[in-house]
Amino acid sequence: MSGQSQRGINFTEGEIFGRGAPDREGYTPPRSGLPAIDPESALPAGTLRGQLEGFPSLSEPEVTRHYTRMSQWNFAVDLNFYPLGSCTMKYNPRINEAVARIGGFTTLHPMAPQEQAQGTLQVIDDLEKWLCQISGMDAATLQPAAGAQGELVGLLMIRAALTARGNPRKKVLLPDSSHGTNPASAVYCGYEAVTLPSGPDGRVDMAQLDRLMDDETAALMVTNPNTLGIFESDIIQISKLVHDRGGFIYCDGANLNAFLGKARFGDMGVDVAHVNLHKTFSTPHGGGGPGSGPVVVKQELAPYLPFPVVAQGDDGAYSLEYDRPQSVGRAHGFFGNTGVLLRAAAYILSMGPQGLAQVAEAAVVNANYIRARLGDHYHIPYPGRCMHELVITDKLQSEYGVSTLDIAKALIDRGFHPPTIYFPTITRGAMMIEPTETESLETLDSFCEAMIEIADLAKADPESIKAAPVTTVRTRLDEATAARRPQLRCSLCG
Amino acid sequence: MEFPKDLKYSKEHEWVRVEDGDTAIIGITDFAQDELGDIVFVEAPKVGRDLKAGESFGVAESVKTVSDLYSPVAGQVIEVNPELEGSPELVNESPFDKGWIIKLKMEDPKELENLLSAQDYRNLAQKG
Repeated sequence: MSGQSQRGINFTEGEIFGRGAPDREGYTPPRSGLPAIDPESALPAGTLRGQLEGFPSLSEPEVTRHYTRMSQWNFAVDLNFYPLGSCTMKYNPRINEAVARIGGFTTLHPMAPQEQAQGTLQVIDDLEKWLCQISGMDAATLQPAAGAQGELVGLLMIRAALTARGNPRKKVLLPDSSHGTNPASAVYCGYEAVTLPSGPDGRVDMAQLDRLMDDETAALMVTNPNTLGIFESDIIQISKLVHDRGGFIYCDGANLNAFLGKARFGDMGVDVAHVNLHKTFSTPHGGGGPGSGPVVVKQELAPYLPFPVVAQGDDGAYSLEYDRPQSVGRAHGFFGNTGVLLRAAAYILSMGPQGLAQVAEAAVVNANYIRARLGDHYHIPYPGRCMHELVITDKLQSEYGVSTLDIAKALIDRGFHPPTIYFPTITRGAMMIEPTETESLETLDSFCEAMIEIADLAKADPESIKAAPVTTVRTRLDEATAARRPQLRCSLCG
Repeated sequence: MEFPKDLKYSKEHEWVRVEDGDTAIIGITDFAQDELGDIVFVEAPKVGRDLKAGESFGVAESVKTVSDLYSPVAGQVIEVNPELEGSPELVNESPFDKGWIIKLKMEDPKELENLLSAQDYRNLAQKG
C-alpha cells in the first residue's frame, strides 16, 4: 500500500435512534433563576410540538462519539492528497483560520451601524481591489456565495447591458467541455444554451464559433484553461470575434489557479468572470464550505453590479452605497460570506504577488509531472503539455474489463481521494487529475506509484481492482440502486 | 452489442421503430446505454408535446453523467413509457424493447430516410 490510509481502528456506526435509555441525559444547564413560562400560554397553538416519539435520550459522550465516528469516514485535504480535477482542492493554510477568528470580525453584528463595521468594509474594499488587480478587471462584487451564483450574477449583468442597448438577445454559446453549471446558469437567466463543439485539440474551434456566433447570441461562456486542462490560446481572437458581433465574453474562473499572477482575464478580452475563493484562494471547499464566487467585470458592466457596493469617502471612511438604479439587485444577504472573504484576503496578503505567481508555476509543473509519469501506463487523449490539470482515460485498462470507476475505487484503498471521473463528458472514461501547488514531490510520487500499481493489477489481476474498495468501512456501494430508489428519511421521520 | 436490423438510428444514439405507418417508437441504443452505465432516471416529455426533428425531449441520468435525449423525427408525443419512472433500469436491461421511452405520431414519415441504417450506426458506434 503506497498511501497512508491504514487505521488501527475503524468504527462502524449505525443510526442514533433506538439507543440510550429514557432517563439518560447529557449536560444540564444550571437553573437561571428566572420564572418558568408555560410555552402553551406564550406561543400560538400551531407552533407547539408534542413529545417527539422515539427521540433518543443519550449521554454527552455517546453523542460526541456518534458524530466523531461518522466524521472519521470522511476524507479531507488535511488527511491526504485530494486531486479532484477542476475543484482545486489545495491545502487551506491555518493562518487563514486565525484571521477569520479575530474577534473584531466574528462579533460584528450584520445590522451594526456602518461606522462600527469599518474593518470589515475595508477588507471587502481591499479584496475587491486585489481581485481586480489579479484578474485585470475594473470592478467586483463579493456577494455571490459560489461559482454558479457568480455565473448567474454575471449573466444577469450581460442581459442588463444588452437590454440597455436595445436587445437582450436569446442565446448563450458554451463549449461542449464546459462545466455543467454554465448551461444551467444560461437557461436560468432565460437564454437558450447552444453547444459549441470543440476542435480535435480540445480547444474552441474558431470555424464553429464563426458559424454559431450570430446577432441573437448574448455571450460566449468560456473556461480558460478549459476543463481538459488546455489553455485557450486563441482567446484574443475568440473575444474579438464575439465583441465584433455585439456579444460578451464570460469566463468561468474555476481554473484560475493555472495562470494566477501570470495572465489576466482583462487582457484576454474577457468582460465578466467569476473567481472561486474556495478554489484558487485556499478557503475551505466542499463540506468545509461555505463557498464564495466573486464576480469581476469591465467598466461597461460595473453599473449593473449587485448592491450595496462598498465605497470610500474623501475622509477615508467606508460606506455602503444603495443608490444603484441599474443594479441587477442583491445577490446575498449583507456582505456575502464574510468568513470566506477574510480567509481569501489573508491568503493573498500572506502569499504576495510573487507567491501567487509561484502558485501557478508549481500547479502547472505538478500536473505535467504526473502526466509524464503516467503517460506510459494510461491513455492520454490530448497531446502536448497541460496546464494545472490533466485528463487521462481507462482506454488501456478497459481491454481487461477495468473501468474508470474501478480505478477510482482502487485509489481509495491506497489512501487517495479519486480524481474527478467521467468529466469532461466529451472524453470517454475521463479521469481529471488536479494536483495543485500544495503537494510535495513525495506525495506526487506516491500517488503516481499507486496509479501505476493499479494499471499493472488491471492487467494481471483485474478482479482485485473491480472488488475495490476493501479497506473502507463500507465496501463497493450500489450507487445505481441508491440513486434509483433513495431512502432519504431516517426511521424517526417515518 | 446489438444493432437490430429492423430499426432506424440517429447519430445521437436514439433508435426508431415504426408501427402502423406513422407511429414512431423511440428509445436509446444498446451502445448508448452501455456508454452511460446504470441509468437512474429518465425525464420524458408530456403527452401532447410537439417535437421537431433533432429537438431535445428529455434527459437520461446515469451514475456517470446526464445526457440529453433528441428526437430523431418530428411529431407529437402520444405515449410515454410508464414503467421507466419506477424502473429506469429497463433502459439498460432491454434498450430496444421494454426500455422504449416515447411514442410519436410522426409529422412526415419521409424523415426516416434521413436516419442511419443498422450497419451505418454500427460503424459510427464502433468508430467512436
